[in-house]
Amino acid sequence: MSTRIFGSGIRRREDPRLITGSATYTDDLTLPRMAHAAMLRSPHAHARITSIDTSRAAAAPGVVAAYTHADTEGAVAPAPCAWHLPDSDLKMADYHCLAKDVVRYVGDIVAVVVAESRYAAEDALELVDVGYEPLPAVIDPEAAAAEGAPQLHDEIAGNQAFHWQVAGGDVDAAFAEAEVVVSDRIIQQRLIPNAMEPRAALASYTRATGELTVWNTTQNPHIVRFLTSLVLGLSEDKIRVIAPEVGGGFGSKIAAYPADFVTMFCSRKLGRPVKWTETRTENYQATTHGRDHVQQVELAAKKDGTVLGLRCTVHAGMGAYLSTAAPGIPTILHGLMLSGVYTMPAVREDVYGIYTNGTPVEAYRGAGRPEATFMLERMMDVLAARLDMDPADVRRKNLIPRFEDGHDVVTSLTYDSGDYPAALDKVLSHADYAGLRARQKAGPANGAYLGLGLATYVEICGLGPSQVAGAIGFQGGLWESAIVRFHPSGKVHVFIGASPHGQGEETTFAQIVGSELGVDPQDVKVFHGDTDNTPMGWGTYGSRTTAVGGAALALTARKIRDKAKVIAAHLLEAAVEDMEYEDGKFFVKGAPDQHKTIGDIALMANVAWNMPKGVEAGLEASTFYDPPNFTFPFGAHLAVVEVDAETGAVTLKRYVALDDCGPQINPVIVEGQVHGGVVQGVGQALWEEAVYDEGGQLVTGSMLDYALPRADLLPDIEVLSTVTPSPHHPLGVKGIGEAGTIASTAAVYNAVLDALRPLGVSSVRMPLTPERVWQAIRDAKKSAP
Amino acid sequence: MYAPDFAYYRADSVAEIGRLLRKHPGAKLLAGGHSLIPLLKLRLAAPPALIDIGRIGELKGISVADGRLRIGALTTHAQIAASSEVAAHAPALAAAAGVIGDPAVRNRGTIGGNVAHADPASDLPTVLLALGASFAVATDDGERAIPAGGFFQDMMTTALGEHDIVTAVDVPTAPEGQGQAYEKFSHPASRYAVIGAAAAVGLTGGKVGRVVVTLGGLVPAAIRAGSVEQALSGQAPSADAIADAAAAVSNDLGPDLIGDIYASAEYRRAMAPVCVKRALTAALKRASSVAEAPAARSPWWKPSWL
Amino acid sequence: MTVPVSITVNGQRYDREVEPRLLLVHFLREVIGSTGTKVGCDTSQCGACTVLLDGISLKSCTALAVQADGAEVTTIEGLAAGEALHPLQDAFWEKHGLQCGFCTPGMIMASHELLRVTPDPSDAQIRHGLEGNLCRCTGYQNIVRAVRQAAGTTAGQR
Repeated sequence: MSTRIFGSGIRRREDPRLITGSATYTDDLTLPRMAHAAMLRSPHAHARITSIDTSRAAAAPGVVAAYTHADTEGAVAPAPCAWHLPDSDLKMADYHCLAKDVVRYVGDIVAVVVAESRYAAEDALELVDVGYEPLPAVIDPEAAAAEGAPQLHDEIAGNQAFHWQVAGGDVDAAFAEAEVVVSDRIIQQRLIPNAMEPRAALASYTRATGELTVWNTTQNPHIVRFLTSLVLGLSEDKIRVIAPEVGGGFGSKIAAYPADFVTMFCSRKLGRPVKWTETRTENYQATTHGRDHVQQVELAAKKDGTVLGLRCTVHAGMGAYLSTAAPGIPTILHGLMLSGVYTMPAVREDVYGIYTNGTPVEAYRGAGRPEATFMLERMMDVLAARLDMDPADVRRKNLIPRFEDGHDVVTSLTYDSGDYPAALDKVLSHADYAGLRARQKAGPANGAYLGLGLATYVEICGLGPSQVAGAIGFQGGLWESAIVRFHPSGKVHVFIGASPHGQGEETTFAQIVGSELGVDPQDVKVFHGDTDNTPMGWGTYGSRTTAVGGAALALTARKIRDKAKVIAAHLLEAAVEDMEYEDGKFFVKGAPDQHKTIGDIALMANVAWNMPKGVEAGLEASTFYDPPNFTFPFGAHLAVVEVDAETGAVTLKRYVALDDCGPQINPVIVEGQVHGGVVQGVGQALWEEAVYDEGGQLVTGSMLDYALPRADLLPDIEVLSTVTPSPHHPLGVKGIGEAGTIASTAAVYNAVLDALRPLGVSSVRMPLTPERVWQAIRDAKKSAP
Repeated sequence: MYAPDFAYYRADSVAEIGRLLRKHPGAKLLAGGHSLIPLLKLRLAAPPALIDIGRIGELKGISVADGRLRIGALTTHAQIAASSEVAAHAPALAAAAGVIGDPAVRNRGTIGGNVAHADPASDLPTVLLALGASFAVATDDGERAIPAGGFFQDMMTTALGEHDIVTAVDVPTAPEGQGQAYEKFSHPASRYAVIGAAAAVGLTGGKVGRVVVTLGGLVPAAIRAGSVEQALSGQAPSADAIADAAAAVSNDLGPDLIGDIYASAEYRRAMAPVCVKRALTAALKRASSVAEAPAARSPWWKPSWL
Repeated sequence: MTVPVSITVNGQRYDREVEPRLLLVHFLREVIGSTGTKVGCDTSQCGACTVLLDGISLKSCTALAVQADGAEVTTIEGLAAGEALHPLQDAFWEKHGLQCGFCTPGMIMASHELLRVTPDPSDAQIRHGLEGNLCRCTGYQNIVRAVRQAAGTTAGQR
């Protein structure tokens, strides 16, 4: 039975409610006496608030109350940053939930209006009188770090939030002995995560009990509860945070947000439920963005393509304030991955985290790793072009050979397991890489230039050992928890601390229990997202839910199995040492016909009529699993594009993705994660960018201007896999949530630049819009001799 | 998003629209709502009243008579794209209607609302100008017809008076032998036209006869590309002749083109000849095969309401 | 000012007084508590709010409730026949055509429209037919598979 359940692409247990419109997302909830909040947001990127008057708004029809910073003084602390990056001269500016004196980005909250309906609240927003004295603004992180730039925070010189360095090996020696050095300047443009469900909070404070219940669009309700207790000064035991159905996050629902705390404050102040749901416009302005790096990178190599070292400087835009996990993203999750899948003797990177007048930047799918992979994979292609080698050959020359149990790399990490050459070879042969190259050599057809782009990658997942979390300044643990409870009829409830929001763990976790204990996954219900009925956990991000929470669950199931074995031995009047377990059956060695099922044991344990001496009633166990190491999924991707040289338009013709996430619990769900991840990365390469104007206004302020991937712009993705188990994970699994995004931006970019090589183009800024490609072709023509 | 408050009136006839317009100064007409409601939601417009004209039967439907297609102002883009009459007599119009927005938008957006809104990035004005359409307009004093050439005056500006109502669009049926095409460079997010080029071409004795080329998207209001027309007229329709004629479009573009962060004015200027060339090539292909019934934009479209 | 409207939603008639500015999607979600239909954007791009109005798809965030007066609206909640899922719902489930589920009600209703006008679509026609609906999770591929299955066509690309 175990083999059938583990690895089977069964239908998702989540779906019946989702396909019928019966699921409940935060904004679907209505409570008795519920009022509606609307946030007045700064229209200026940087301005001093000279006056503020809510009296006209407060007197408007249907309005219950209107508040500004002055009303929250002493009642709402600044939204905290919880990643205190060590050895980085970290300077954290106060992120007031309602702006105090100065607004620092378009979207900073200035006032809140609470009314009987959202329409009335919106009407009243127009009646809040605010005087602003505009100040100069800066959006580009390099410009913000330069001398003479507008200064965001009085106490923070040069807008520098931190300076962090990672170094390993002798990088100066590597460059000194290099036969060839290639370099590039890479802009990892600012992106808007665009979870389809806008963020929302429904806060209900009961004065009589002093209890606060919050329904919140979050990836990590336990963290929100903990931080709420700090920000609002409420006792943690009186706060209940519920992440009901959550419509995607991609990192943008990790942070603890000012608007959520303001909504909670309003409920507490008014003693009635208050709901706030952002509009998409607000989502674009004030829900965290991703990426925003300016990277200057150099790669040292020998003439035969052997890589010797990499050094780079990164200016990472942090936005106006440090979001909850922000400092760790362009540093720990980025810099430590800079040697990638290659034997890289030396690396040095300096990362400058810079305050700018943009929306705060946080984790966004991949979070630091796509930026590292892109940098490295781009440089491999630049090196190949310089040496006139095939990009596949340059990679093959430098790939770390297969290893099964630990490989130390120059950035101080120990990868768990990998077979990078096998991944690359499988992709190349599946795609008929040689045939594609031959077609490319034949020259453009009808003005369409063919391009091939590779990205071979490894990522860091399964965050992570809590001791490491502490050492790198994360103000929390990174373990996960699970409780498994058998009911008398053999049905199972599972309670987990993580908080999936689309990834399908209600199904895959039922499969884990099913395969470990021989129960039908349909009989396993997984509870998550409610701090009142789930054990503490740190949330769903960084591809960690299955990699860490899944381990907690597997070990819990094994505890259950051990106890069940004792009970079965008792019932079969045998010694425990003589018991065997297989496919849900406990039997005496050599006598499988005489057996007890887990259902038999569950009944006996719950009625407890005939238990072995000293064994407690009930069949329940829990585990708090702190992983011994991270996991390191890897893979190889190939993009095939055509570029219309006349217009600059790029068409993605084929995409082959090979990802190795270890054994797959549910291959259909794995494939779905790859599809979605790849397309998000393609979006960055070809279409997506948050654009601000000189004054700091967000020009791509709605879905009319910010181009998201659409069905009609994409081909089918060809999904392949290899299976290299993690040696330290109880199930060998590694995580798959971000893999696609980590590889695909680089693969597509490399493909487009490969197509443009005969035209003399060596660099184009992302996204690769028709105009940018056309302009690059034109510039190359002009500068050609 | 949440629109500001407004009063609401429903008109049941064209006559009543006029009466309500006169009674409620500043009122806006609501047809499909796909131009107006987004503006209301973003609070970029705050009219005191809306007059809902969406149920007026006399403004709906497509008919052919006396060498012209008459399309009621409330006819939706989807209906136009699916109409066999439009496919037969104004194929470029069917094509353009079929690439507006997305299916749900095409189900609601109307031709009358579209042309009255006169968005420069819209598809229909470009095609209607190329096909020599005119607009039937109900006024305070009766009716008048405004040719497309005089209708679109500037960005979001038409020749319509304060109380004027577009009741129908009249499109001359394509003459025997004419080929039509609409070529669109779409904005990847909004789906509006970055550039739209329409062409209607006839062939006489193997040479290009009457040819009309229009452009939208990059100019405040759709324009005729007279230089292209002149350059191509009388030529044998070779690829080179088409490309040379298309290049002449630069003479028809004024100094100020529309540009934005996605496509600058410079890029649009450079792409205008490409777009024109592709429209002409497609139109000429159809002109040479006029014996066959022109292909509808969506041959798989099987409307249940017709 | 309020206006009386009578709107039939999934076979049930609702007579209500509404502000003229009330969007149809807010009528569904807030006035009658039918929250299956979602709001994902402000600008008619995402399609999460797609419903059928007299059998034809529209984006209910770009329609006023007063415009639906006298009409029949079908939402995701009205698609299944009792316990029996609509073939599209079943296909989305079977083919893993959803992850977070937020775009799903609109995506299924848009697919319904697609199959109404194109009963036997090719993959390319499916992809074009869904151009007005955004999904951030699936990359669309399994949605295309689901629609193809629902259409009863397994021939794949043609």
